[in-house]
Amino acid sequence: MVQLVLAVALASCGGPLSTLSAAGPAADAIATMWWVMLAGSAAIFALVLGLFALVILRPGWGSSVSPARWIVLGGLVLPGVILTPLVAYALVTGERLLPLPGTARQRIEVEGRQWSWTFRYPGEGGVKTVNVLHLPAGMPVDIAVSSVDVIHSFWIPRFAGKIDAVPGHVNVLRIQADEPGRYEGQCSEFCGIGHPRMRFAVIVHPANDFSAALAQAAASSKVKE
Amino acid sequence: MSASVDRPPQRSPALRLHRQLAAIWATGPGLQRLAAVNHSVIGLRFMATAFIFFAIGGVLGMLTRVQLATPTADFMAPETYNQVFTMHGSMMLFLFAIPLVEGVAVYLTPKILGARDLAFPRLTAFGYWCYLFGATILTGALLAGVAPDTGWFMYTPLSSNVYTPGMNADVWLLGVTFVEISALAFAVEIIVSILKIRAPGMSLDRMPIFGWYMLITALMMVAAFPPLILGSILLEVERAFHLPFFDPTRGGDPLLWQHLFWLFGHPDVYIIFLPMAGVLSTIIPVLAGGPLVGYRAIVVAIIALAFVSFGIWVHHMFTVGIPHLALAFFSASSAIVAVPTAVQVFAWLATLAHGRPRWNVPMLYVFGFFFIFAMGGLTGVMLAMVPFDWQAHDSYFVIAHMHYVVAGALAFPMLAALYYWLPLLTGRMAMNQLSVPAFWLVFVGFNLTFFMMHLTGLRGMPRRIYTYSGDEGWNSLNLLSSVGGFIMTIGFALVVIDLLAQLRYGRRTRRDPWKAESLEWAMPIPPAPYNFASIPFVRAGPDRTAPEGLAASLARGEGYLGFVRNGWQETLGVHMTSGAPEQLIVLSRPTYLPFYTALATSVAVLAMLFQFYLSALAAALVVAGLLVLAGQSAGLNRDYGPLPVGQGVSVPPHTELKGSPPWWALIFTLIADGTLFVSLLFGTLYLWVSAPNWPPAQTFTPNLGLALAAVVALVAAATAARGSQRSISAGGMALGWIGLAAIGLVVVIAVVVGLISGIVPRPTEHALGATAAALLAYVTFHAGIGLLFLLSNLLRLRAGFLSSRRSIDPRLTRLWLDYTVVSGVIALGLVSALPALVRSLGT
Repeated sequence: MVQLVLAVALASCGGPLSTLSAAGPAADAIATMWWVMLAGSAAIFALVLGLFALVILRPGWGSSVSPARWIVLGGLVLPGVILTPLVAYALVTGERLLPLPGTARQRIEVEGRQWSWTFRYPGEGGVKTVNVLHLPAGMPVDIAVSSVDVIHSFWIPRFAGKIDAVPGHVNVLRIQADEPGRYEGQCSEFCGIGHPRMRFAVIVHPANDFSAALAQAAASSKVKE
Repeated sequence: MSASVDRPPQRSPALRLHRQLAAIWATGPGLQRLAAVNHSVIGLRFMATAFIFFAIGGVLGMLTRVQLATPTADFMAPETYNQVFTMHGSMMLFLFAIPLVEGVAVYLTPKILGARDLAFPRLTAFGYWCYLFGATILTGALLAGVAPDTGWFMYTPLSSNVYTPGMNADVWLLGVTFVEISALAFAVEIIVSILKIRAPGMSLDRMPIFGWYMLITALMMVAAFPPLILGSILLEVERAFHLPFFDPTRGGDPLLWQHLFWLFGHPDVYIIFLPMAGVLSTIIPVLAGGPLVGYRAIVVAIIALAFVSFGIWVHHMFTVGIPHLALAFFSASSAIVAVPTAVQVFAWLATLAHGRPRWNVPMLYVFGFFFIFAMGGLTGVMLAMVPFDWQAHDSYFVIAHMHYVVAGALAFPMLAALYYWLPLLTGRMAMNQLSVPAFWLVFVGFNLTFFMMHLTGLRGMPRRIYTYSGDEGWNSLNLLSSVGGFIMTIGFALVVIDLLAQLRYGRRTRRDPWKAESLEWAMPIPPAPYNFASIPFVRAGPDRTAPEGLAASLARGEGYLGFVRNGWQETLGVHMTSGAPEQLIVLSRPTYLPFYTALATSVAVLAMLFQFYLSALAAALVVAGLLVLAGQSAGLNRDYGPLPVGQGVSVPPHTELKGSPPWWALIFTLIADGTLFVSLLFGTLYLWVSAPNWPPAQTFTPNLGLALAAVVALVAAATAARGSQRSISAGGMALGWIGLAAIGLVVVIAVVVGLISGIVPRPTEHALGATAAALLAYVTFHAGIGLLFLLSNLLRLRAGFLSSRRSIDPRLTRLWLDYTVVSGVIALGLVSALPALVRSLGT
């Protein structure tokens, strides 16, 4: 069963929006965390179901262990041993992903609305793009997310986790793309009829080409307007 | 009426006693069914109605699976899909899961605790009608195409009148709140019944484990529902009257809604799970043929679970922008919740290990539960880890998790319970030929449907999308989920056929087919409306009562109350902890009042829905009138003193005792009310501290004179209520005191309304004004209810229901007014302090 689960899981990592085909350090750290937790969970699942099978199929098998020991070992020791390091691991991982001030060279302002995304680049002369996010490769970028109407959520699964775009609030998410290329992002908070269509393209440029590429993209989209 | 009271009660042979009791307890035929108040009747109605909504909700779920089976499907329009998925979630949680749990509790609790009924039969009935009418309104909206369409957790601002202008969201807010009234009524009733109405000798440490689970569940409901009820009221007020509690452009905050919703929403998961865990803790020992292992550990675990479950709601909000260290706290507490759950799981395993388990249909479902719940619990721990949740949140991974937990923890134990207790209802056993394949279809279908969703979620599929383009890598997983959904549906259909077949063709069974040792098997099969012809004395520990010999003896009337008297519906009230007989509880007879009151309530709800606010107010006044009227037929209209209850014991009727059920009911009602008030205070301070667009351009100068006048009038009213209590206890009429209290309350209302009109910014302009108005409205409302208490006191005094011994009414009034004073002083104080607070730290 466990092997089957693993096989299915491994076979299904890919896809343009897959959290498991990480293309940035944050998504990578979280994907590693997932694999660790999956392995641990599979072991605990096998243990619980194995015990259930044993006590049913071999009556009397577990009766030599006193009731108190059953409860202490399974109910207190087992979760204690597993959860304490897990919580610490998650805390450290989470801290590393935080947008600490002064450590990102780019800050991009994102505004969600029903049903499109607007991206502003204060560091690049305040140019603006709609539904296409341009990023420099290999450097941390802080994304400041807000909304003008209802709650949306900004999510590029291959780079990092999501952050909600809440009207009246500005939330900051740290992302970094490892390699230049084309990626996809989407809204992950239900925001009305157009919610499934609220996707955006992410174009990652080599860091030294970024300003030029962004200026060109912004200009050409202005012409189109 | 009182002829037989002074004579020693007569022993009757079993059949004669049965006929006498049945004549008193039976629900009438035909239209008189609307007057039913019996817990067995209402419990069955609750469960049957819940199953109907399970079927409707299930069909809605299947519709979403049809739409999502293939990319770019146009099976449903987006507008329809949004209504369908919203109603699927809302129905399954609010119209199926909670009412089902209530039905199980209403039906089984008195039987397991050795009682004849719950404490407030008319309230049971009222709760059921509220549920039925509220659910009907929601279903009607679905048929009319105006069902809620903003997701079952109704996030603002999407659900505000700006972005959802139709009545769709109002249907949810009003309909669900209506159903929640029923849930709160249920919770108060169950708590009081478990604490006060058990078989004599059943001290708390001898109470069946099922009773503990239901007690903790009901206590959790008392604390968990008020935040959602408050949130729903505030959002409805924002939608209808434009007070900006959640509108960020006017000083509100959409995150406040999320806090209030999940303050309810997370404990709600355990409110659904705990009763089913209670079912498992009851039937696993029976199937294992031995006692439950770790009774005390389980009791401690579920109490701990109840507390911790109120400290983890923020794990639904890891992506809204709360500081990481705060998230880490909620992450750790969410992980800690695994401990009490693991204690229960291993107590069950140890119970099986120390017994000789029998393999049968209920056990098959116990296996299904172990498999699915273990998986759901493990993904729950994963989601509690903040970084992983940043990825998985709002994706299909969460859908998979919550179906494994909620559906797994509810559906499989529920079916185990059905197969286990149906012989009690029908006197027949299931036929394995159909039951076993039905189980495997449900089990395989369930896992196929929802296991795939873990993977679709990890591959980035967000929840609540009606379509996808097909190049995301989600196609085959979605198709498999949909196929699994159909297999599961066929399985459920087979279960229904199996249960119907059992009703008709099942093998007839003797009493206690599972060799259980709990009291519900010590009664006739199917149970008589009075449950026990006489009430047993419990001598042994929990669930060790050996029904076999006991049942016949009880049927012959050899326990307590094995006779009839005055045509009363009698049951025994006991001391809360020791279980010593304490009072004779005389229950109310069948009446149409609950039906009419619920009907009037639904008229009020419908009038609000169609924005006929004056009609709504009129209907609300009718409801208030009916509630006062209900008080005119409660209790006894003369003093009796101690009455014999059998076994040489005499106890006074509940009307002549201070710790009678109404007293405790009001205490727990006030705890719920207090939770709502604390939520309102939290909301006020939350908006001030963290909402955008504060402070407002200008703020009012607090009118300290008026506020002080209101406080003085409040205290005067409460003092007068004390005077009235003293006067009635001394045998007086207390008319002057009651009048004085009423005048005090009228003054309070007038002054507070004056304060509301002086608020700047106006309540519609800024959240400061809105929250101040809400706090003051709270005071006004409580003063108004206080007037109803006084009116009821007056009427009942004149009708002879009160005497120096029967003085519960003025004590209830005093308690209510004491609460009104305390909450009123806090509310008035906060409103007066708000402008200064805003000025000092407002930015």
